Amino acid sequence: MEYTLREMMTIVAAREIKDGDIVFCGTGISMLAAMAAKNINAPNSVIFFETGSIDAKLDEIPLAVADPRVMYWASSNSGLLDAFATMQNRITGQHVIGILGAAQIDKYGNINSTVIGEYYLPKTRFSGSGGACDVASFVPRSITFMQHEKRKFVNKVDYLTSPGHLTGNGGREKAGLLPGGPQLVVTNMAVMRFDEETKEMYLAGYYPGVTKEEILENMEFDVDISRAEEVEPPTAHELKILREKCDPQRLIL
Amino acid sequence: MGEYSMNVEPNKVMSLKEAIKKYVSDGSHISIGGFTCNRNPMAAVYEIIRQKIKNLHMYVHSNGTGVDELIGAGCVSKIEIAYGGNGKFAATCIRFKKAVQEGTIEIEDYSNYQMTLRFLAGAMGVPFLPTRSSLGTDIINKWGFSADMRKNDPKIPNEKLVVTDNPFKNWMDTEKVVLVPAINTDVTILHVQKADRQGTGRIEGLTFADVEQAKSAKHLILTCEELVDQNELRAAPHQNQIPFINVDAVVHVPHGAYPTACHNYYDYDPIYLNEYGKAARNDELFNTYLKKYVYGVDGQEELIALVGEDRMKTIKADPNVGYAVNLKRN
Repeated sequence: MEYTLREMMTIVAAREIKDGDIVFCGTGISMLAAMAAKNINAPNSVIFFETGSIDAKLDEIPLAVADPRVMYWASSNSGLLDAFATMQNRITGQHVIGILGAAQIDKYGNINSTVIGEYYLPKTRFSGSGGACDVASFVPRSITFMQHEKRKFVNKVDYLTSPGHLTGNGGREKAGLLPGGPQLVVTNMAVMRFDEETKEMYLAGYYPGVTKEEILENMEFDVDISRAEEVEPPTAHELKILREKCDPQRLIL
Repeated sequence: MGEYSMNVEPNKVMSLKEAIKKYVSDGSHISIGGFTCNRNPMAAVYEIIRQKIKNLHMYVHSNGTGVDELIGAGCVSKIEIAYGGNGKFAATCIRFKKAVQEGTIEIEDYSNYQMTLRFLAGAMGVPFLPTRSSLGTDIINKWGFSADMRKNDPKIPNEKLVVTDNPFKNWMDTEKVVLVPAINTDVTILHVQKADRQGTGRIEGLTFADVEQAKSAKHLILTCEELVDQNELRAAPHQNQIPFINVDAVVHVPHGAYPTACHNYYDYDPIYLNEYGKAARNDELFNTYLKKYVYGVDGQEELIALVGEDRMKTIKADPNVGYAVNLKRN
Protein backbone atom coordinates (compact mmCIF):
# COMPACT_ATOMS: atom_id res chain seq x y z
CA MET A 1 0.00 0.00 0.00
CA GLU A 2 1.26 3.49 -0.90
CA TYR A 3 2.17 5.79 1.95
CA THR A 4 3.82 9.18 2.41
CA LEU A 5 6.95 9.85 4.46
CA ARG A 6 4.87 11.82 6.90
CA GLU A 7 2.64 8.80 7.44
CA MET A 8 5.70 6.59 7.91
CA MET A 9 7.18 8.97 10.50
CA THR A 10 3.90 9.23 12.38
CA ILE A 11 3.43 5.46 12.57
CA VAL A 12 7.05 4.76 13.54
CA ALA A 13 6.68 7.17 16.49
CA ALA A 14 3.26 5.78 17.39
CA ARG A 15 4.68 2.25 17.64
CA GLU A 16 7.07 3.45 20.34
CA ILE A 17 4.17 4.44 22.61
CA LYS A 18 2.98 1.77 25.04
CA ASP A 19 -0.13 1.24 27.13
CA GLY A 20 0.18 3.24 30.34
CA ASP A 21 2.39 5.90 28.79
CA ILE A 22 1.38 9.51 29.37
CA VAL A 23 2.13 11.12 26.02
CA PHE A 24 3.24 14.76 26.06
CA CYS A 25 2.15 16.18 22.72
CA GLY A 26 3.34 19.26 20.93
CA THR A 27 1.76 20.79 17.83
CA GLY A 28 1.42 18.96 14.50
CA ILE A 29 2.89 15.55 13.79
CA SER A 30 3.56 14.77 17.46
CA MET A 31 -0.14 15.15 18.26
CA LEU A 32 -0.98 12.89 15.36
CA ALA A 33 1.49 10.23 16.53
CA ALA A 34 -0.14 10.25 19.96
CA MET A 35 -3.61 9.92 18.40
CA ALA A 36 -2.40 7.08 16.15
CA ALA A 37 -0.92 5.19 19.11
CA LYS A 38 -4.11 5.58 21.11
CA ASN A 39 -6.21 4.30 18.22
CA ILE A 40 -3.89 1.51 17.04
CA ASN A 41 -1.38 0.00 19.44
CA ALA A 42 -1.73 1.65 22.85
CA PRO A 43 -5.43 2.16 23.67
CA ASN A 44 -4.56 2.76 27.31
CA SER A 45 -2.02 5.49 26.67
CA VAL A 46 -2.93 8.95 27.97
CA ILE A 47 -2.84 12.01 25.72
CA PHE A 48 -1.50 14.96 27.64
CA PHE A 49 -0.89 18.63 26.90
CA GLU A 50 1.20 21.29 28.62
CA THR A 51 -1.94 23.43 28.70
CA GLY A 52 -3.39 20.99 31.22
CA SER A 53 -5.75 18.56 29.50
CA ILE A 54 -5.33 14.95 30.62
CA ASP A 55 -6.61 12.02 28.53
CA ALA A 56 -8.51 14.03 25.94
CA LYS A 57 -10.42 12.01 23.38
CA LEU A 58 -9.66 14.52 20.61
CA ASP A 59 -12.68 14.44 18.37
CA GLU A 60 -10.99 16.91 16.02
CA ILE A 61 -7.27 17.58 15.57
CA PRO A 62 -6.10 20.56 17.62
CA LEU A 63 -3.97 23.03 15.64
CA ALA A 64 -2.11 24.21 18.74
CA VAL A 65 -1.69 22.92 22.27
CA ALA A 66 -3.97 25.79 23.31
CA ASP A 67 -6.69 24.84 20.81
CA PRO A 68 -10.00 24.45 22.71
CA ARG A 69 -10.20 21.00 21.04
CA VAL A 70 -7.59 19.63 23.48
CA MET A 71 -10.27 19.62 26.19
CA TYR A 72 -12.73 17.31 24.46
CA TRP A 73 -13.79 14.52 26.83
CA ALA A 74 -10.68 14.92 29.00
CA SER A 75 -10.42 13.47 32.49
CA SER A 76 -9.45 16.80 33.97
CA ASN A 77 -8.21 20.11 32.84
CA SER A 78 -5.86 22.53 34.55
CA GLY A 79 -3.32 25.16 33.62
CA LEU A 80 0.39 25.32 32.85
CA LEU A 81 1.42 25.24 36.48
CA ASP A 82 -0.26 21.91 37.14
CA ALA A 83 0.64 20.37 33.78
CA PHE A 84 4.37 20.90 34.27
CA ALA A 85 4.12 19.76 37.87
CA THR A 86 2.59 16.51 36.58
CA MET A 87 5.80 15.99 34.59
CA GLN A 88 8.14 17.05 37.40
CA ASN A 89 6.15 14.83 39.82
CA ARG A 90 8.20 11.75 40.81
CA ILE A 91 5.33 9.33 40.19
CA THR A 92 3.37 10.60 37.20
CA GLY A 93 6.43 12.19 35.60
CA GLN A 94 8.16 8.83 35.30
CA HIS A 95 5.37 7.60 32.99
CA VAL A 96 5.55 10.52 30.58
CA ILE A 97 7.00 10.11 27.12
CA GLY A 98 7.76 13.42 25.42
CA ILE A 99 7.43 14.06 21.70
CA LEU A 100 9.53 16.95 20.47
CA GLY A 101 10.81 18.54 17.28
CA ALA A 102 13.86 20.69 16.65
CA ALA A 103 16.00 22.64 14.20
CA GLN A 104 19.25 20.91 15.25
CA ILE A 105 20.28 17.79 17.15
CA ASP A 106 23.69 16.46 18.23
CA LYS A 107 24.90 12.90 18.76
CA TYR A 108 23.72 12.89 22.38
CA GLY A 109 20.21 14.00 21.43
CA ASN A 110 20.57 17.55 22.75
CA ILE A 111 18.28 19.76 20.72
CA ASN A 112 18.08 23.34 19.53
CA SER A 113 14.78 25.06 18.81
CA THR A 114 15.95 28.60 19.56
CA VAL A 115 18.47 30.09 17.09
CA ILE A 116 20.81 29.33 14.19
CA GLY A 117 23.96 31.40 14.48
CA GLU A 118 24.78 33.56 17.47
CA TYR A 119 22.26 34.01 20.27
CA TYR A 120 22.62 37.78 19.87
CA LEU A 121 21.40 38.83 16.42
CA PRO A 122 20.89 35.28 15.17
CA LYS A 123 20.88 34.29 11.53
CA THR A 124 17.56 32.52 12.10
CA ARG A 125 15.31 32.78 15.09
CA PHE A 126 12.94 29.93 15.97
CA SER A 127 10.13 29.74 18.49
CA GLY A 128 12.30 28.86 21.50
CA SER A 129 11.70 26.23 24.15
CA GLY A 130 8.03 26.58 24.92
CA GLY A 131 7.55 23.57 27.15
CA ALA A 132 10.19 21.45 25.38
CA CYS A 133 13.05 22.14 27.77
CA ASP A 134 10.77 21.37 30.72
CA VAL A 135 9.68 18.04 29.29
CA ALA A 136 13.21 17.08 28.25
CA SER A 137 14.46 17.98 31.74
CA PHE A 138 11.81 16.05 33.65
CA VAL A 139 10.75 12.89 31.87
CA PRO A 140 12.62 9.60 31.34
CA ARG A 141 11.83 9.00 27.65
CA SER A 142 11.34 11.11 24.57
CA ILE A 143 10.93 10.89 20.82
CA THR A 144 12.33 13.65 18.60
CA PHE A 145 11.13 14.33 15.07
CA MET A 146 13.83 15.67 12.72
CA GLN A 147 14.38 16.35 9.03
CA HIS A 148 17.45 14.40 7.96
CA GLU A 149 19.86 17.08 6.76
CA LYS A 150 23.54 17.75 7.37
CA ARG A 151 22.87 21.21 8.83
CA LYS A 152 20.43 19.66 11.29
CA PHE A 153 22.44 16.67 12.57
CA VAL A 154 25.40 18.70 13.82
CA ASN A 155 28.54 18.21 15.90
CA LYS A 156 27.47 21.01 18.20
CA VAL A 157 24.06 22.65 18.42
CA ASP A 158 24.15 26.45 18.09
CA TYR A 159 21.98 26.75 21.22
CA LEU A 160 21.20 23.91 23.60
CA THR A 161 17.48 24.47 24.25
CA SER A 162 16.43 21.09 25.64
CA PRO A 163 18.70 18.54 27.31
CA GLY A 164 19.28 15.14 25.75
CA HIS A 165 22.03 13.02 27.26
CA LEU A 166 24.12 16.25 27.52
CA THR A 167 27.78 15.06 27.49
CA GLY A 168 27.08 11.33 27.26
CA ASN A 169 26.75 8.64 29.88
CA GLY A 170 26.16 10.24 33.30
CA GLY A 171 25.83 13.70 31.74
CA ARG A 172 22.29 14.25 32.93
CA GLU A 173 23.02 13.12 36.46
CA LYS A 174 26.09 15.34 36.61
CA ALA A 175 24.01 18.36 35.62
CA GLY A 176 21.43 17.52 38.28
CA LEU A 177 18.76 15.95 36.05
CA LEU A 178 17.10 12.59 36.57
CA PRO A 179 18.36 9.74 34.37
CA GLY A 180 16.59 9.03 31.10
CA GLY A 181 16.59 11.26 28.08
CA PRO A 182 15.87 10.80 24.40
CA GLN A 183 15.35 7.24 23.21
CA LEU A 184 14.27 7.61 19.61
CA VAL A 185 14.83 10.07 16.76
CA VAL A 186 12.44 9.75 13.85
CA THR A 187 13.43 11.35 10.54
CA ASN A 188 12.28 11.33 6.93
CA MET A 189 14.94 8.66 6.18
CA ALA A 190 15.59 6.64 9.31
CA VAL A 191 15.19 5.99 13.00
CA MET A 192 18.05 6.45 15.45
CA ARG A 193 18.46 5.24 19.00
CA PHE A 194 21.03 5.83 21.73
CA ASP A 195 23.64 3.32 22.91
CA GLU A 196 23.04 2.18 26.47
CA GLU A 197 26.70 2.53 27.43
CA THR A 198 27.87 5.64 25.61
CA LYS A 199 24.48 7.36 25.09
CA GLU A 200 25.66 8.11 21.55
CA MET A 201 23.20 8.04 18.69
CA TYR A 202 23.24 5.01 16.38
CA LEU A 203 21.30 4.09 13.28
CA ALA A 204 18.61 1.65 14.34
CA GLY A 205 16.53 1.51 11.18
CA TYR A 206 16.38 2.78 7.61
CA TYR A 207 13.25 3.21 5.52
CA PRO A 208 12.72 0.99 2.47
CA GLY A 209 14.61 2.42 -0.49
CA VAL A 210 17.07 4.44 1.62
CA THR A 211 20.70 3.31 1.97
CA LYS A 212 22.83 3.61 5.10
CA GLU A 213 25.34 5.67 3.10
CA GLU A 214 22.68 8.20 2.11
CA ILE A 215 21.76 8.58 5.74
CA LEU A 216 25.37 9.22 6.81
CA GLU A 217 25.82 11.71 3.97
CA ASN A 218 23.05 13.76 5.52
CA MET A 219 24.71 14.08 8.92
CA GLU A 220 27.66 16.12 10.13
CA PHE A 221 28.73 13.37 12.57
CA ASP A 222 29.22 9.63 12.06
CA VAL A 223 27.06 7.05 13.77
CA ASP A 224 27.29 3.30 14.16
CA ILE A 225 25.29 1.69 11.35
CA SER A 226 26.04 -1.95 12.22
CA ARG A 227 22.81 -2.49 14.14
CA ALA A 228 20.48 -1.02 11.52
CA GLU A 229 17.56 -2.96 10.07
CA GLU A 230 14.96 -2.02 7.51
CA VAL A 231 11.93 -0.39 9.15
CA GLU A 232 8.62 -2.11 8.56
CA PRO A 233 6.43 0.30 6.57
CA PRO A 234 2.97 1.23 7.87
CA THR A 235 0.45 -1.58 7.45
CA ALA A 236 -2.86 -1.16 5.66
CA HIS A 237 -4.58 -1.26 9.03
CA GLU A 238 -2.34 1.44 10.50
CA LEU A 239 -2.83 3.66 7.46
CA LYS A 240 -6.59 3.23 7.46
CA ILE A 241 -6.91 4.35 11.07
CA LEU A 242 -4.41 7.17 10.65
CA ARG A 243 -6.18 8.56 7.59
CA GLU A 244 -9.79 7.91 8.43
CA LYS A 245 -9.90 8.27 12.17
CA CYS A 246 -6.99 10.48 13.21
CA ASP A 247 -6.77 13.08 10.44
CA PRO A 248 -9.74 12.81 8.06
CA GLN A 249 -9.50 16.53 7.22
CA ARG A 250 -5.80 16.15 6.31
CA LEU A 251 -4.82 19.02 8.58
CA ILE A 252 -1.46 17.50 9.49
CA LEU A 253 -0.97 14.71 6.95
CA MET B 1 4.46 50.20 48.54
CA GLY B 2 2.28 52.86 46.92
CA GLU B 3 2.30 51.13 43.56
CA TYR B 4 0.74 48.02 45.06
CA SER B 5 -2.54 49.68 46.06
CA MET B 6 -5.64 47.50 46.18
CA ASN B 7 -8.86 48.59 44.57
CA VAL B 8 -12.15 47.55 46.21
CA GLU B 9 -14.41 50.04 44.46
CA PRO B 10 -17.79 48.44 43.65
CA ASN B 11 -17.79 49.69 40.08
CA LYS B 12 -14.58 49.48 38.05
CA VAL B 13 -16.24 49.53 34.65
CA MET B 14 -14.64 51.87 32.13
CA SER B 15 -14.06 52.08 28.40
CA LEU B 16 -11.16 50.22 26.84
CA LYS B 17 -9.59 53.50 25.73
CA GLU B 18 -9.71 54.81 29.26
CA ALA B 19 -8.35 51.59 30.84
CA ILE B 20 -5.37 51.39 28.47
CA LYS B 21 -4.67 55.10 28.86
CA LYS B 22 -4.80 54.87 32.62
CA TYR B 23 -2.75 51.72 33.20
CA VAL B 24 -0.44 51.18 30.19
CA SER B 25 2.23 53.70 29.30
CA ASP B 26 5.56 53.90 27.44
CA GLY B 27 8.01 51.52 29.10
CA SER B 28 5.41 49.60 31.12
CA HIS B 29 6.26 46.03 32.11
CA ILE B 30 3.28 44.00 30.96
CA SER B 31 1.88 40.54 30.37
CA ILE B 32 -1.23 39.41 28.54
CA GLY B 33 -3.37 36.34 29.13
CA GLY B 34 -4.17 33.47 26.79
CA PHE B 35 -1.95 31.13 24.82
CA THR B 36 -1.13 31.08 21.05
CA CYS B 37 -4.53 31.18 19.29
CA ASN B 38 -6.72 31.10 22.40
CA ARG B 39 -8.15 33.90 24.56
CA ASN B 40 -5.54 36.60 24.00
CA PRO B 41 -6.98 40.00 25.05
CA MET B 42 -6.91 41.13 21.43
CA ALA B 43 -9.20 44.16 21.75
CA ALA B 44 -6.77 45.51 24.36
CA VAL B 45 -3.77 44.64 22.18
CA TYR B 46 -5.28 46.59 19.28
CA GLU B 47 -6.07 49.54 21.56
CA ILE B 48 -2.43 49.61 22.79
CA ILE B 49 -1.33 49.72 19.16
CA ARG B 50 -3.79 52.52 18.35
CA GLN B 51 -2.60 54.55 21.34
CA LYS B 52 0.95 54.15 19.96
CA ILE B 53 2.41 53.03 23.27
CA LYS B 54 6.10 52.18 22.88
CA ASN B 55 8.99 50.43 24.62
CA LEU B 56 6.89 47.86 26.43
CA HIS B 57 8.79 45.23 28.39
CA MET B 58 6.80 42.02 27.92
CA TYR B 59 6.74 38.80 29.92
CA VAL B 60 5.53 35.94 27.77
CA HIS B 61 5.08 32.19 28.11
CA SER B 62 3.45 31.35 24.75
CA ASN B 63 0.97 34.13 24.00
CA GLY B 64 1.45 33.98 20.24
CA THR B 65 -1.07 36.12 18.38
CA GLY B 66 -1.20 39.16 20.67
CA VAL B 67 2.55 39.34 21.21
CA ASP B 68 3.32 39.13 17.49
CA GLU B 69 0.93 41.98 16.71
CA LEU B 70 2.38 44.18 19.46
CA ILE B 71 5.93 43.51 18.23
CA GLY B 72 4.91 44.06 14.61
CA ALA B 73 3.34 47.42 15.45
CA GLY B 74 6.55 48.55 17.18
CA CYS B 75 5.17 48.65 20.73
CA VAL B 76 7.75 46.31 22.31
CA SER B 77 11.42 46.87 23.03
CA LYS B 78 12.23 44.07 25.47
CA ILE B 79 10.79 40.61 25.85
CA GLU B 80 11.30 37.70 28.25
CA ILE B 81 9.75 34.74 26.51
CA ALA B 82 9.43 30.95 26.36
CA TYR B 83 7.77 30.42 22.97
CA GLY B 84 7.37 32.77 20.01
CA GLY B 85 5.19 30.54 17.87
CA ASN B 86 1.49 30.24 17.08
CA GLY B 87 0.80 26.52 16.66
CA LYS B 88 -0.03 25.54 13.08
CA PHE B 89 -0.55 29.21 12.18
CA ALA B 90 3.14 30.07 12.61
CA ALA B 91 5.93 27.67 13.59
CA THR B 92 7.73 30.86 14.58
CA CYS B 93 5.72 34.08 14.86
CA ILE B 94 6.69 36.11 11.84
CA ARG B 95 7.06 39.67 13.14
CA PHE B 96 8.74 38.28 16.28
CA LYS B 97 11.28 36.38 14.15
CA LYS B 98 12.00 39.44 12.04
CA ALA B 99 12.38 41.72 15.06
CA VAL B 100 14.85 39.35 16.79
CA GLN B 101 16.88 38.79 13.62
CA GLU B 102 17.06 42.52 12.91
CA GLY B 103 17.82 43.38 16.52
CA THR B 104 14.88 45.74 16.95
CA ILE B 105 13.88 44.03 20.22
CA GLU B 106 16.01 42.66 23.03
CA ILE B 107 15.10 39.14 24.01
CA GLU B 108 15.82 36.68 26.79
CA ASP B 109 14.73 33.01 26.68
CA TYR B 110 13.06 30.92 29.36
CA SER B 111 10.86 27.80 29.33
CA ASN B 112 7.08 27.76 29.74
CA TYR B 113 7.27 26.26 33.23
CA GLN B 114 9.89 28.81 34.26
CA MET B 115 7.74 31.72 33.09
CA THR B 116 4.74 30.24 34.91
CA LEU B 117 6.74 29.79 38.12
CA ARG B 118 8.04 33.34 37.79
CA PHE B 119 4.46 34.68 37.69
CA LEU B 120 3.56 32.43 40.62
CA ALA B 121 6.54 33.69 42.65
CA GLY B 122 5.40 37.24 41.99
CA ALA B 123 1.86 36.30 42.98
CA MET B 124 3.14 34.63 46.18
CA GLY B 125 5.39 37.52 47.13
CA VAL B 126 8.60 35.47 47.20
CA PRO B 127 11.73 36.44 45.23
CA PHE B 128 12.17 33.09 43.44
CA LEU B 129 10.95 29.51 43.12
CA PRO B 130 12.95 26.36 42.35
CA THR B 131 12.64 23.82 39.55
CA ARG B 132 14.82 21.15 37.91
CA SER B 133 14.02 22.45 34.44
CA SER B 134 16.87 23.57 32.14
CA LEU B 135 19.86 22.21 34.11
CA GLY B 136 22.75 21.77 31.65
CA THR B 137 21.21 23.98 28.93
CA ASP B 138 21.86 27.35 27.29
CA ILE B 139 18.69 28.71 28.86
CA ILE B 140 20.89 28.98 31.95
CA ASN B 141 24.19 29.74 30.20
CA LYS B 142 23.13 32.45 27.78
CA TRP B 143 21.67 35.70 29.01
CA GLY B 144 19.78 37.98 26.66
CA PHE B 145 20.11 41.00 28.95
CA SER B 146 23.65 41.97 29.98
CA ALA B 147 24.83 42.18 33.59
CA ASP B 148 25.26 45.94 33.09
CA MET B 149 21.77 46.47 31.84
CA ARG B 150 20.43 44.43 34.75
CA LYS B 151 22.38 46.47 37.27
CA ASN B 152 21.06 49.73 35.83
CA ASP B 153 17.42 48.66 35.71
CA PRO B 154 15.78 48.37 39.13
CA LYS B 155 12.79 46.59 37.57
CA ILE B 156 14.73 43.44 36.61
CA PRO B 157 16.86 41.17 38.84
CA ASN B 158 20.67 41.13 38.64
CA GLU B 159 20.78 37.47 37.62
CA LYS B 160 18.84 35.61 34.92
CA LEU B 161 18.62 32.18 36.55
CA VAL B 162 20.63 30.83 39.47
CA VAL B 163 21.70 27.19 39.88
CA THR B 164 22.21 26.24 43.49
CA ASP B 165 22.88 23.14 45.58
CA ASN B 166 19.80 21.76 47.29
CA PRO B 167 19.85 23.53 50.68
CA PHE B 168 18.04 20.50 52.14
CA LYS B 169 21.08 18.42 51.14
CA ASN B 170 19.93 15.38 49.22
CA TRP B 171 16.26 15.58 50.23
CA MET B 172 14.11 14.18 47.40
CA ASP B 173 17.27 12.86 45.70
CA THR B 174 17.99 16.30 44.34
CA GLU B 175 21.48 17.76 44.28
CA LYS B 176 20.81 20.98 42.38
CA VAL B 177 17.93 23.25 41.54
CA VAL B 178 17.42 26.21 39.24
CA LEU B 179 15.99 29.31 40.91
CA VAL B 180 13.72 31.44 38.73
CA PRO B 181 13.15 35.08 39.70
CA ALA B 182 9.69 36.51 40.44
CA ILE B 183 7.85 38.75 38.02
CA ASN B 184 5.59 41.58 39.14
CA THR B 185 4.24 43.33 36.07
CA ASP B 186 3.09 46.95 36.10
CA VAL B 187 -0.04 45.75 34.37
CA THR B 188 -1.52 42.48 33.19
CA ILE B 189 -4.47 42.26 30.82
CA LEU B 190 -6.77 39.25 30.60
CA HIS B 191 -9.83 38.55 28.52
CA VAL B 192 -12.38 36.47 30.46
CA GLN B 193 -15.80 35.12 29.57
CA LYS B 194 -17.66 36.79 32.43
CA ALA B 195 -17.02 39.55 34.94
CA ASP B 196 -19.12 41.71 37.20
CA ARG B 197 -18.70 45.46 37.69
CA GLN B 198 -16.44 45.03 40.71
CA GLY B 199 -14.08 42.66 38.89
CA THR B 200 -14.94 39.14 39.99
CA GLY B 201 -14.00 37.14 36.92
CA ARG B 202 -14.82 33.76 35.42
CA ILE B 203 -12.74 31.94 32.82
CA GLU B 204 -14.30 29.06 30.91
CA GLY B 205 -12.16 26.45 29.21
CA LEU B 206 -8.37 26.43 29.40
CA THR B 207 -6.94 28.81 31.98
CA PHE B 208 -3.22 28.66 30.97
CA ALA B 209 -1.24 30.80 33.46
CA ASP B 210 -3.85 33.56 33.59
CA VAL B 211 -4.51 33.31 37.31
CA GLU B 212 -0.82 33.45 38.26
CA GLN B 213 -0.33 36.34 35.84
CA ALA B 214 -3.33 38.17 37.28
CA LYS B 215 -2.09 37.90 40.83
CA SER B 216 1.50 38.89 40.00
CA ALA B 217 0.38 42.21 38.53
CA LYS B 218 0.46 45.61 40.22
CA HIS B 219 -2.57 46.49 38.09
CA LEU B 220 -4.99 44.16 36.37
CA ILE B 221 -7.35 44.98 33.52
CA LEU B 222 -10.11 42.47 32.79
CA THR B 223 -11.86 42.66 29.47
CA CYS B 224 -14.93 40.45 29.37
CA GLU B 225 -17.20 38.84 26.83
CA GLU B 226 -20.21 39.44 29.10
CA LEU B 227 -20.64 41.93 31.92
CA VAL B 228 -22.97 40.13 34.32
CA ASP B 229 -24.79 40.78 37.54
CA GLN B 230 -22.76 40.09 40.66
CA ASN B 231 -25.31 37.54 41.85
CA GLU B 232 -24.74 35.34 38.80
CA LEU B 233 -21.05 34.92 39.68
CA ARG B 234 -21.48 34.81 43.45
CA ALA B 235 -24.01 31.97 43.15
CA ALA B 236 -21.20 29.67 41.92
CA PRO B 237 -17.92 30.95 43.40
CA HIS B 238 -16.16 27.64 42.65
CA GLN B 239 -16.32 28.60 38.99
CA ASN B 240 -14.66 32.00 39.48
CA GLN B 241 -10.86 32.26 39.33
CA ILE B 242 -10.32 36.01 39.60
CA PRO B 243 -11.32 37.75 42.85
CA PHE B 244 -12.16 41.45 42.59
CA ILE B 245 -9.40 42.38 45.07
CA ASN B 246 -6.83 41.90 42.29
CA VAL B 247 -8.71 43.89 39.65
CA ASP B 248 -8.41 47.59 38.72
CA ALA B 249 -10.50 47.91 35.58
CA VAL B 250 -13.38 46.00 34.02
CA VAL B 251 -14.11 46.55 30.35
CA HIS B 252 -17.04 45.03 28.53
CA VAL B 253 -15.80 43.94 25.08
CA PRO B 254 -17.84 41.34 23.18
CA HIS B 255 -15.50 39.45 20.81
CA GLY B 256 -12.62 40.84 22.87
CA ALA B 257 -10.40 37.83 22.12
CA TYR B 258 -11.09 37.77 18.37
CA PRO B 259 -9.34 36.55 16.17
CA THR B 260 -8.21 34.12 18.92
CA ALA B 261 -10.67 31.68 20.48
CA CYS B 262 -12.96 32.29 23.44
CA HIS B 263 -14.28 29.00 24.83
CA ASN B 264 -18.08 28.64 24.62
CA TYR B 265 -18.35 31.86 22.59
CA TYR B 266 -16.30 31.58 19.40
CA ASP B 267 -13.41 29.67 17.88
CA TYR B 268 -10.19 31.13 16.55
CA ASP B 269 -10.64 32.49 13.02
CA PRO B 270 -8.38 30.46 10.70
CA ILE B 271 -9.00 32.84 7.78
CA TYR B 272 -7.96 35.92 9.75
CA LEU B 273 -4.92 34.21 11.29
CA ASN B 274 -3.75 32.84 7.93
CA GLU B 275 -4.24 36.22 6.21
CA TYR B 276 -2.37 37.89 9.05
CA GLY B 277 0.46 35.38 8.53
CA LYS B 278 0.69 36.25 4.84
CA ALA B 279 0.67 39.98 5.52
CA ALA B 280 3.25 39.66 8.30
CA ARG B 281 5.85 38.30 5.85
CA ASN B 282 6.12 41.58 3.99
CA ASP B 283 6.56 45.06 5.52
CA GLU B 284 4.31 46.80 3.03
CA LEU B 285 1.51 44.24 3.33
CA PHE B 286 1.85 44.34 7.09
CA ASN B 287 1.41 48.12 7.15
CA THR B 288 -1.64 47.75 4.92
CA TYR B 289 -2.98 45.14 7.36
CA LEU B 290 -2.45 47.47 10.34
CA LYS B 291 -4.06 50.40 8.52
CA LYS B 292 -7.13 48.40 7.61
CA TYR B 293 -7.75 46.17 10.63
CA VAL B 294 -6.19 48.08 13.53
CA TYR B 295 -5.81 51.84 12.85
CA GLY B 296 -8.77 51.79 10.46
CA VAL B 297 -11.29 50.71 13.09
CA ASP B 298 -12.29 52.32 16.34
CA GLY B 299 -12.60 49.30 18.57
CA GLN B 300 -13.58 45.66 18.41
CA GLU B 301 -17.16 46.29 17.33
CA GLU B 302 -15.95 47.95 14.13
CA LEU B 303 -13.41 45.19 13.54
CA ILE B 304 -16.13 42.57 13.76
CA ALA B 305 -18.34 44.59 11.40
CA LEU B 306 -15.43 44.82 8.96
CA VAL B 307 -14.83 41.06 9.04
CA GLY B 308 -18.53 40.49 8.62
CA GLU B 309 -21.46 38.64 10.07
CA ASP B 310 -21.01 35.55 7.86
CA ARG B 311 -17.50 34.86 9.09
CA MET B 312 -18.57 35.22 12.69
CA LYS B 313 -21.29 32.62 12.13
CA THR B 314 -18.70 30.08 10.97
CA ILE B 315 -16.67 30.40 14.17
CA LYS B 316 -19.58 30.47 16.62
CA ALA B 317 -18.92 27.93 19.37
CA ASP B 318 -21.02 24.80 19.79
CA PRO B 319 -22.20 24.89 23.42
CA ASN B 320 -21.59 21.15 23.84
CA VAL B 321 -17.85 21.35 23.21
CA GLY B 322 -16.91 25.03 23.42
CA TYR B 323 -15.51 25.32 19.87
CA ALA B 324 -16.94 25.42 16.33
CA VAL B 325 -17.45 21.81 15.24
CA ASN B 326 -16.30 21.04 11.69
CA LEU B 327 -14.93 24.54 11.18
CA LYS B 328 -12.90 24.65 7.97
CA ARG B 329 -9.39 25.09 9.27
CA ASN B 330 -6.95 24.51 6.37
